[in-house]
Formats: sequence, C-alpha cells, structure tokens
Amino acid sequence: MSKTIKLKKGLDIRLVGVANKVKAEVSLPKTVSIKPSDFHGMTPKMLVKEGETVKVGSIVFQDKYKESIKFASPVNGVVKAIVRGEKRKILEVLIGLTENQEVESIGAIDVNGMSGEDVKTKMLAVGLWPYMRQRPLDIVADPKNAPKAIFVSAFDSSLLAPDFDFVLHGKNKEFQAGLDVLSKLTEGKVHLTLNGKLPANSTFTDAKGVEINKIYGKHPAGNVGTQIHHIDPVNKGEFVWVVNAQDVVNIGSYFLNGFYAAKKIIAITGSEIKDPNYVEVIQGTNVSEILSGRITSDNVRVISGNVLTGDKIDQDGHLGFYSNQITVIPEGNQLKFVLTTGWMGLGFDKFSNSRLFPTFLFSKKRFRLDTNTNGEERAFVMTGELEKCSLLIFSRCN
Amino acid sequence: MKFLENIVHKMEPKFAKGGKLEKWHPIFESFATLAFTPAHVTSKGTHIRDGVDLKRTMIMVIVAMIPCLLFGIYNTGHWEMVAAAGDRSLDFWSNGGEKFLLGLAVVLPLIIVSYGVGLTIEFIFGMKNGHSLHEGFLVSGMLIPLIMPADVPLWMVGVATAFAVIIGKEIFGGTGMNILNVALLTRAFLFFAYPTSMSGDKVWMAGTENTAVDGFTGSTALGDLASFMSEKPVFENLAEYTNNYSFMDSLMGYIPGSIGETSVIAILIGALILIATGIGSLRIMASFTIGGYLMGLMLNGIGGNDFLMLPAHFHLVIGGFAFGAVFMATDPVTASQTATGKILYGLIGGMLAILIRVLNPAYPEGVMLAILFMNVMAPIIDHYVVQSNIKRRLKRLKTT
Repeated sequence: MSKTIKLKKGLDIRLVGVANKVKAEVSLPKTVSIKPSDFHGMTPKMLVKEGETVKVGSIVFQDKYKESIKFASPVNGVVKAIVRGEKRKILEVLIGLTENQEVESIGAIDVNGMSGEDVKTKMLAVGLWPYMRQRPLDIVADPKNAPKAIFVSAFDSSLLAPDFDFVLHGKNKEFQAGLDVLSKLTEGKVHLTLNGKLPANSTFTDAKGVEINKIYGKHPAGNVGTQIHHIDPVNKGEFVWVVNAQDVVNIGSYFLNGFYAAKKIIAITGSEIKDPNYVEVIQGTNVSEILSGRITSDNVRVISGNVLTGDKIDQDGHLGFYSNQITVIPEGNQLKFVLTTGWMGLGFDKFSNSRLFPTFLFSKKRFRLDTNTNGEERAFVMTGELEKCSLLIFSRCN
Repeated sequence: MKFLENIVHKMEPKFAKGGKLEKWHPIFESFATLAFTPAHVTSKGTHIRDGVDLKRTMIMVIVAMIPCLLFGIYNTGHWEMVAAAGDRSLDFWSNGGEKFLLGLAVVLPLIIVSYGVGLTIEFIFGMKNGHSLHEGFLVSGMLIPLIMPADVPLWMVGVATAFAVIIGKEIFGGTGMNILNVALLTRAFLFFAYPTSMSGDKVWMAGTENTAVDGFTGSTALGDLASFMSEKPVFENLAEYTNNYSFMDSLMGYIPGSIGETSVIAILIGALILIATGIGSLRIMASFTIGGYLMGLMLNGIGGNDFLMLPAHFHLVIGGFAFGAVFMATDPVTASQTATGKILYGLIGGMLAILIRVLNPAYPEGVMLAILFMNVMAPIIDHYVVQSNIKRRLKRLKTT
C-alpha cells in the first residue's frame, strides 16, 4: 500500500547557484577515477596492474572480503596510476582514456525470464552491483543478505541538488527496466518515493511494479533514510537496499542495451560557478574540463556532491561514484571582524537555523555561504536547533 | 579593521607553540577570537556551518537580562531610600535619577566581583587545559548579581562564585559539561554557608543599618509569608498581607527582594526575547509555571493556615519563581535535553518550588532548591524518555 507522508520539520538552506535546466556539452575527460573510499568500509583487491588496458565494463578491482562484488571500468583506456596513501591504502585508480570509446553490446537481456539469483549473479559479474547500497551502514549491499525492501528516492532535497525530473526526462524505458531488475532482487516491495510538493515526471509516475509513495517536507525528506524511517523502518537483523534514481537507469540500460554505460547527468552548482547548469558525464570523470573557465573566484572549495554530505576534491579532481552534482563554494579561511561579519554583526549575510540572525525573516533570500566554521570548538549547548531539522521520530514530542 | 587584523597577525607568532609567550596563548586566543571569528574552515563532513556560535547565543541571553538588570538597579536604589527614611510608603517612581545611582552603587560592585572572580578562574583553567575562554560564564556572571540580596557582603559573593565555578563547573569540564546551574550554585552556597547573613530580614535592602526609624525591618513579601508558618506571623491574616503587597505591586516589582527577581514584567520581556530567538525553551518556562500554579491550587485545597491559602497566582509573582522559570530552569546545559523530558522537568520543578516554599518555612526560596534538584534529576528524566522510545521500537519489532 502506498503511503503519503507529511512532515513539518526539516530545513531547506537556500544557497546561491541553483543549476538552470539547461544541458551543456563537455568534451571527454582525459582521465576517470574509481575511489574505493566512496564505498564505505570496503577494502579493494586490485585485479589490474598499472599500464594494463581496460575496456568499458572490465573489472578493475573487487572487494577483498566479499569477492563477488566487483567494480568495473566506465571507459576504454589504460590504467594510468594506482594512487596509494599511508600504509599503502589504495586511494584511487586512475584510468586514462583512449581515443576509441566504442563499446560492444552483448544484446538485450530479458529480465522477466530470469530468477532473482540469476539477475544477482549477472549484476555482480558485470560490475553493476556497487549501485546497490545497504542500510543500515550505507555499504555496498552484501549479496548474501535478503533485503526486506528496496528504496528508490525520486527526488533529491539536499542543497542545490539536481532535479531528477529534469535529469531523467524521457528515460521512462530504462528506468522501468531498472525497476524490473530491482523487483527481482527482493521478496519484498520496491518503494519509489516522490516529492509530494511538485508534480513528478512521467518517468516516475508511470513506473509499474513498485509502490509509489509521496513525501511532503523540507530536507532531508528526499533522503532515502528518512523515507525508510517513515515507510518501512529497519528493525534489528533486517536490511533494506537503496539505489540512486540515476543508477536505476544505468542498471536498466545495461539490461536493455547489453553494455555497461556508466553515464550520468550531474548538476554544476554553487555560488562560485558561472551559469550553473547540467552536463552529461562519465562516472568518476575528471572535473577540470567541466569547471575550466567557470569558477568565478580564486579561493574556492570544489565539492563532489552537495555541501552537506559531499567530499572535498581538487579543481582537477574526480567525481565521486555516487555524486550527482558538483558544488563550488567560497573557502572561509579569512578572519571575520566581530562587528561587521563576526558574531556581533548585524548578520544579514548569515544563515542560521536559529532566530539569532535577522535573516530568518527573509523566507526567499538566497545565501552565499563559505566554509568557515563560524566559531571555535565548543561543547554542545542544546538549544533545540538539531531537533528542528531532524525528520526522524525519536520521541512522541518530537 | 585591517589595522586590528595586522596587530593580531603580528602578535600571533609570539603566542604560538614555541613562542615566547606560549603559556599565555589561551588568553591571547580568547581576546583575538572576541574581535575576529577565526579563519577555521570545515574539514570533514558538512562543508557549511550555521552562522551562530556560542558567543552570539550567550550575548543574546545577556540582552534578555538587561530589563531585569535595569529595573533591579532602580529597585535597589528605591528600597535603600525607603530603608534610610524608614518609610515604606515612599512613591516608587519619584527621584528616579537618584535612586538609579544609589542602586548602581550597590549593583555595579556585585557585577564586577562576580565577573572578576569567575573570569579569573576560567582563565586559569583555560591556561592549564590549553583552551580559550568558554562563553558560559558570561551569562552566569551576570545572573549571579541578579539573584543576590542587595546587602550581601562582596567577599561572600567572591567566595561563592569561586566555589560555584570550580566545584560546579570546571571540575566537570567547563562550559557545557556542568551538572548544576552555576549561578544557582553560587546562591545555594551562600545560603548554606552563611545562613545568618543570607536569611532573615537584614540583607534584602541596602542601608537598613542606617535607618532613621528604630524597628524598621527590610522584610520581603516571601519572608513575611513564611512567617505565617511560625508562631509569630508578621501579618495577622492573609487580607492584611495582600493590603501590604498587592498582586499588582508584585507583578510590577515594587517590592524588596533579590536584585533582578522582583519585576515579573521585566522578566517577561526577557522571556519574550529568549523565546523569540529560540534560546530559551518555551516548553520549560510554560510547564514550570503551570507546575507551580497547580501546586499552589493543591495547597489551597489542603488549606490549614494563611500561607497555604495564598491564592495560587500570587506564588507566580513573588520571590524568585518567575526569574527561576525564565533564566534558571531553561539553562540548556543543565535542563533536560529531550522535548518530552523538558515538559516533565519543568512541571516537577515548578511543583517542587512551591511545595518547598510553602511547607518548609526555613527555606522560603524553594525555587533555587527545586531547580538544583531538577538539574540533578534531568539526566534520569532523559534516560526514561529515551527508554520509552526504545520500548516503542521494540514493540514494532514484535508485531512485524
């Protein structure tokens, strides 16, 4: 039974730099990377050496302890470097692209005739499995577990997040194929949760074989964790799997077209980006081509993902595996004088969840926030600000 | 501001590790961060942070206390004049300037002693532990003079502040870690360590020793009420009491008492500021008041003597009840942290405050004891609130 969830709390921070709904072209990157750190708690075991040639879909490394989980190359190329950190921990695998980016198709695969176990084996073998994530812990799903449900969020409520309605427009077929694959993987339901506040794209509303839920509320209403909490909470010993909406399309297109097409449309956002918009990129792409000539100031931080959960990357760094956006915001590494921009200033440029700055009066104002911590380390003094933005129910009064 | 910034940059190396004045770095840092929010940036996790910090939060609480402070200064001056003249019928609002100055002469030294002693100790601990001054004491240091009787000797305030800051706060780890409200602990220390000079009717007005009229006492509304429980009450019955201290007088604050606690109107202005900014918990304030009122009604129901029969709404405006509800019980560090817990905490605290006030004539200021007791109980309340949610979730597991 589909559910409608209405939530009053939450927090939408209005930042400058929302992406315009325009899709721009970018040239192919010189390198792509796969970062093992994107997959929580996973220790990689390399299957290729530096200098080895890889093709789209060929396996680069596998999970050392769950060997069936394999990670595939998104491009044709040569393994340029295996970057290691302290204690020889593998930080990233860099793959240099070759001229020829053509892929061979093995032909469409009909999911309907396959058993769940076959689908699983197929996905594991071709490197589609890392798209499946498991809650609790947000790790790559353990293929041995039987999830009680699979959750797909059809919108991203986080800061400057890409609009999935725009990103997945016209991909009805691939999305449906992806959902068909997912429904083979669980005995339970596949939950697709839409944003109640806005009319959703037909990609989502026409989806079949899934439970379509609606959720109303501010961020983190779009987070799949919030949705799990309200739709089908996880009890001790249970697991649910979650898949990003764009990754559902990627899974679907593999089964439709017969090749691993690790592409996604990401939003280029943030206050320091000229004309924020969308671009189609390869997974793990180098961002320097995308950002070149578009950053408007010198002292910036580039984030793969949104400002709340993303990772800091260099200006010539690489996109994270699960990231759907790049955000560029100013660094806050300068002193702020007490009376102008500091703690006693009027604070018309400061965002706060509390009502200690006058900006809470302006419900439309957008902010250009920097990375300053706005204060030193202190003990928590609980004035109720955290409860205000949590959408999880911790007690009856919350 | 470039000029100040340059000074900070120039001085920094001297205080940095290995510098000449390394030992004094916490003090340098305290002043530098007072003038400039440091250039610290986020490194892991969330990349942007809320604009608010503890400094801003604490300065707002001080702003909320300003009405109480101003009224308190004036009121102290007024009662000093009353004591000098030995005439309680003096008009409250005449000779305003003079009264304010008289009051200032009493209150300002208290503020200086409280901040001086407290901040010195905080700095010493900061230097020892290598951290800059934490802002909690900025509020406590202002609360302490506001809950002192006007005539309290300054050295006692100094000793009590030192006790409260060291034993009540620093040994627990400083701001944000204390179990008991620091300001109330100061008052409690004075109350139990120097009972002879902290109770009775000598201390509540400055200058009673120079009174022009023999036999004039600086008794307070609460003290007179408590005397109903003794064999020789000040007033013969309740009607006589309400003639002397009307509800309106108590509400406006035209009565003697601790410096900041008398005017409920001034306290309400502070409460509005705290609620509007979201620092003070409306839940605690409301439930504390309701708790006190309910207990007042209950005691009315029992009856027996004139104090028990005092109409419940009087309890809310006399003594430190309103001040305690707004500024003491709501202390975010020592109060309950859960939403449900806050309601329970306030309700029980308010009831206890009136219960102690009425039934134990030796401690008419039951609010102080009630809040300190609830500070100790707050973690237990939170524990049971959290447990109830765990039980609720276990139930979910069984049904599915």
